[in-house]
This record gives sequence, structure tokens and C-alpha cells, in this order.
Amino acid sequence: MTPVKSKLGLSKAKITKARRLAAGITAPVQDFIDKHTTVTIERATLRLLGADGANSDGVPVPNLIAQQCAGRLAGGASVFYVNALVKLSKTPAQLNAEIEKGLDISGLELTDRRHIQKKADELLRDLDARITGNVAHRNAKLKAYKDKIKSPQIYVIVATGNIYEDVKQAQAAALEGADIIAVIRTTGQSLLDYVPYGATTEGFGGTYATQENFRIMRKALDEVVDKEGRYIKLVNYCSGLCMPEIAAMGAMERLDMMLNDSMYGILFRDINMYRTFTDQFFSRMINTAADIIINTGEDNYLTTSDAVEKAHTVLASQLINEKFAANTGMPNRLMGLGHAFEINPEFKNGFLYEYAQALMAREIFPEHPLKYMPPTKFMTGDIFKGFAMNTLFNFVCKATGQGIALLGMLTEAIHTPYLQDRHLAIENALYVHNTMEGFMDDIEFKKDGIMARRARQVLDETTDFLSDVKKHGLFTAIETGMFAEIKRPRDGGKGLDGVYEKTPDYWNPVETYLKKKLKIAKS
Amino acid sequence: MFIKPYGDTSNDGAVQLSFTLPIKNCGRAKEAARLYVQKLGFQKVDVVHAAPLSEEFTFFVAYGKTETGIDYDKVEYAEAVDKYLSMDEVNEFIRTHFKRKLVIVGACTGTDAHTVGIDAIMNMKGYNHHFGLERYPMIEALNMGSQVPNEKILAKAKELKADAVLVSQIVTQKDVHIKNLTEFIELAEAEKVRGKMLLVMGGPRVNNKLAKELGYDAGFGTGTYAEHVATFVVKKLYERLTSRK
Repeated sequence: MTPVKSKLGLSKAKITKARRLAAGITAPVQDFIDKHTTVTIERATLRLLGADGANSDGVPVPNLIAQQCAGRLAGGASVFYVNALVKLSKTPAQLNAEIEKGLDISGLELTDRRHIQKKADELLRDLDARITGNVAHRNAKLKAYKDKIKSPQIYVIVATGNIYEDVKQAQAAALEGADIIAVIRTTGQSLLDYVPYGATTEGFGGTYATQENFRIMRKALDEVVDKEGRYIKLVNYCSGLCMPEIAAMGAMERLDMMLNDSMYGILFRDINMYRTFTDQFFSRMINTAADIIINTGEDNYLTTSDAVEKAHTVLASQLINEKFAANTGMPNRLMGLGHAFEINPEFKNGFLYEYAQALMAREIFPEHPLKYMPPTKFMTGDIFKGFAMNTLFNFVCKATGQGIALLGMLTEAIHTPYLQDRHLAIENALYVHNTMEGFMDDIEFKKDGIMARRARQVLDETTDFLSDVKKHGLFTAIETGMFAEIKRPRDGGKGLDGVYEKTPDYWNPVETYLKKKLKIAKS
Repeated sequence: MFIKPYGDTSNDGAVQLSFTLPIKNCGRAKEAARLYVQKLGFQKVDVVHAAPLSEEFTFFVAYGKTETGIDYDKVEYAEAVDKYLSMDEVNEFIRTHFKRKLVIVGACTGTDAHTVGIDAIMNMKGYNHHFGLERYPMIEALNMGSQVPNEKILAKAKELKADAVLVSQIVTQKDVHIKNLTEFIELAEAEKVRGKMLLVMGGPRVNNKLAKELGYDAGFGTGTYAEHVATFVVKKLYERLTSRK
């Protein structure tokens, strides 16, 4: 991703001002985050230390431990798990089996802290080896097949509800040219306060994000990687009430991308804001450590609000997401900031507005692998018109150097994609991207033309909006509906009861390890 | 009037098809596709495009002509009498007839943790390109989420002077939803809110008939969108308003 010369004449000073405002907005929230933990952060920590499996009622082992700890989660759950490993001289697998059968580890007397720390260090060495190994494997493949990396990378979705059917469709799509496969999650998983266990064969609208499903799809895509000589990236949803746990599973099973937004859950899933902000931080530390690209969800602002009037909320959210991500030590190359092609096709010059917005994002975020989303809101049963709209979307993708192109399906709004729908979408994208390979370098714009004026207007509206948000504070801004016209009270939504103020002796060896690895530890 | 599809001349019966077969792309596959379309009842079949989707699948585009026609005079269809309003029409209706925002409180009550139904109706994003009530400028909508005790949602409804309460029940075993829905109505009676605010229930296992039996004002099942619920609410409230005058 080479930085591009501004073709829209955007003011550098204004961009700097917008970034400064975003930093001012996120700082007080970060103070809150640093002082708190959540039930899912503790469960993610347990998972990374080896807790896995589920009892006969399907309750996952990390949840069983969290239930045993109850209020003591505020001091960190890991101490009980590591203590049990030491005291009972068991491997994590052996201990998990006992917990599944009903062993309460929170009642065991704590052994010498030095023994616990020593055991934790040993587990962290294994964890680091696994994560580092995954990163090295991915990088080796990316390097070996470097000349096959397309720009933009082609991203498609599979959503059958049966992981084994998903595998067939994902392999077919990858063989046809898709670079990135996202496995859609079952409706409603974001609101489950646990991660289901095992393979899914009967999901509704998708499969559960489970570690087993991750493993099955990773293996299937790796088969294509070697056959095609092209690395295929795997995506899932690191959102909802279990953000950090899903990040943990993804890091262990070598996912390559995660949908991971700092505010999506609050606004669109009514998850409590304190919970989401705290969870997103921990999940992003894990994603950064595992070199996983995040995809933020700004497209959602445009499916709920008008894409012309509310364009500035996309840029504002991108800047906020960028700052929250940077707080975890995440480099720009892992920030797949989102946006979308959602202007009403009836709107005159809508294409120029889309083009201006996408180019503006590219110029403001030159190193970021922007994730561009196709038309969905105005797709109808007219598949032929839909195909034409997707073609224009593909054009803007290439013309503005987007990093990740989520391809539109001509049957969007009708059914989950048929095998042939994905084929047609990939064929369309490959055609457009190839036929206009040099276009971006070749084109310039009128200084005061429609596009340059539009981009300047959106940037101005964004700085005004961010100033307003900063004045009220992010918590109040969300409470009063400044984002996506949705109001979420700070003490409302799901998951607030799972937020804990850390005790002075809070102990989380994984957090310490991550902060050190990411060089964000406060001395 | 007897009709057939029109391609480029009257009654030529021309139809365009596209489909995928689970076979490797080759000459034999194309012939199989042609014979398959013939088996569907088409004549003069042309397979104009065949593309491999993978080693095991091939996509075809085909044209065929059909002899099958239909007598249009014999087609019967009753247009929906009770026409639902669109989101904009609902808002306009509220603006004209109530001159204030309507307040609607909803939740998935009892032990049920599945908010997919109430979210589809209430959340901004709505469902299937039908915006939820939170998106309606003239409706103040509060989605309290899942596993909300019946007492709590009624207390909130009273506090906000709600015009309507939506109760959702998605997952149920041994008719626990009936028990919970009945408990809600009994509480509403005791709190004397029944008859004041509209009580509406929804879920895949409920319908309008069951709702009426249990004492609700209405019930909505699968396939319901926000504007359906909203239309009922505004019309029913207006009916009450005018009958009181």
C-alpha cells in the first residue's frame, strides 16, 4: 500500500486536527478500560492458558470457571486455573476434563505465588510459540506466493449454516479467485455470553464461531493454498459479548482477519458500552499479537442512516476506531477500516459521491487496508440491476486502491449466495480490476469539481462532528444518539453485569505478556 | 386470455435459465445440462454458457422454449384488504393524528435469551431491509433486550407512559412461553395497564388467534416486519382515541 498524492486537495492541517480530536475522544475511555476487566476477558485469558471443552450441558469450561469465581473475577480468574494445575499436577487437558465433570477449582487453597507465576510463565511460552508459529507460517506463505497477491484482495462470504457445506463453497470460491473467505455466524451469536463448543451442522443463517469450526475451515483453505500457490485468508466475527474469546480462538487457529469494531456492539447490538469498550481493547491486543487484520463496521452507519447526509459519521468512526486500535499497539497495516457503497442509486451524481468518499478514505488512511463494502441497502430482486451496481462498486474499489473488496452478490436481499452467485461476482471483479489496472495512477480531478468539493465538505463535517463528540464525551455522545441516531444509555444494554473494576492485586499473566509483546506496558 | 412468455415474438414461450450442476465441466456436462432443461419441459434448448465453479461444479446459462401456457382469466388473487402502511406512512399518520411521538417498549421476557425477534422489529437495522422501530422518527422505541422479567418491562412501560408494549418469545420448551405470556397478562391486569396501553406479543410459535385468547391486543408470527407491528399500533390507538371522543 503506497501512500498516494492527494488528488482531492484535502487539507493536511484539517486531517491532523480530526486525528487530534479522535485522540481526545478516546483518552477518557481508555482510562476506564485500563481500570477494568470483564467476564469474557477472564474467559479469554483462561482459554489462552489452556482452558477448553464443555460439560454435558454444553457449558464451556471457561464459563464454568468464571461461574466458580463469581465476584472474585475482579482479581483475575487465571490464578485459580494455574493454581489448580500446580496443586493437582495436571496438564490443562486433564484439568479441563475434571472441571467438565464438576471440579470446583476456586475452592482450592492457593499455593505459593512463585509456583503459580512459574507455571504461568511456562504456559505463556507455549502460547507465544503457538501464536508466533502461526504468524511465521502465514508470512512464509504470503512471501512464497507474493506475486499472486491481488489489489484489492477479493473477499466473499459463505453462509450455509453447515460448516462442511461452507467448506465446499469456500474452496470453490478460493479456486475461482477469492483471496479472503468469511464464514458467516449464526444469527444471534453476538448476544450469547459464551462461545459454543464443537462443529456446527445446523446453524441459522450461518455457523457458530467455534474453535472447531475455525480449525475445519482453516484446514480446508490450507489445502487450496498449496494447490493454487496463493494464500487464502480466513475471516470470522470478533464481535458481540465474547469479543476477546473469539480473538483468542482466532489467534490459536490462525485466522487472518476478524470483524472487530469498537462501537458496533453498542450501537447495533445493544451491548453495554463499558463492556464493549473494555472487551474491544483486550480483543485487539490479541489480534495485534497474532498479526490479524481487523475489519471495522462503519458500513452499518450507512445502512441505518442516509449515506449522503451521514457520510461524515463514517470518517469520524474510522478515526475513533483507528485511535482505539493504535492504543493496543496495532500498526496501520492491520487496520481494515470499513466503509460502504450505499448511496441510493436514484441519487443524481451518486457515483461521484461514492468515488469521492472512497478516495478520501484512501488519502486519509494511506497505509490501512481499507475494507470496502458493496451495495446492500438498495439491492432488490432485480438481479440484473444489482449486477450493474456491483460493477460500479468494483470500479470504485480499483479506482481508489481499496485493500479489501467485499464483493456484492447479485442475489443480495433474496437469499444467501448460491454457488453461481459467488462465481459471477468474482468474474465481474476480476474483469473490472484487470481492465482498469493503471487507471488510478492515470487520473486526476478538477480542483473545484464535484468530487473535490464533496470530499472537503465531508472532512469539514467530520471535524465539526468530532468537536461536538469531544465536548460531550463519547459516553454521553452515544447516550444522546449522536452515532447512527441510536441512543444507548451507559448503564443499559447487555453485559454490564460482567464488567469488574480490577482489584489492586489483579493478576492476569496473559495481559502482562500481551502488553509487553506489544510494547504498550505502562511502567 | 391464454398467455405464454414473450421473447422476441408473440407466444414464442422463450425462457432464460441459469443453474449449477454438481459435475465437472466438459462436453458431456453441457449435454447433460441440455437434456436436463429438456426434461423440465422446454424445447429447442440452447446451453449458451458453461463455466466451471470448481472441479465438482459447473454453472450453465440456457434458453428454451415452452409450450406451456396459462389462462390469465382463470387466475384468482385477492389483493390484501388490510393494507399495511410503510415506515414513512406510519410516521406521517402519527404526525397527523397524534401530534406527538408514540412510545413503544419491547423485550424478550422470561427465561428466553433470544432477541432475534424483538431486534428484528425494534432495532435500528431491522430485518431484511425493513427498518426497525428505533429508526422511526415519530416513535420513541426502547428495546430492553432479553431475559427481562415481566415486572420489569411493565414498570418501565408505566414509567415511560408507553403507548404499546411488545413481548417476544422465541425459544420455548414444553409451552413455557404460554405460561410466561399468561403471567404477563395477569400482571398487566393487576397493574391496571391492560386497556390503557396496547399489549402485543410476537414470536415464531405465536399468532393473532393465540394472542386474543390470552388477552393480548394482537400477536405476530414469522415473516413480520416493523411496519406491520407499527401499522397495527397506530391504527388501533387511533381507533381508541376517536372512540373516546
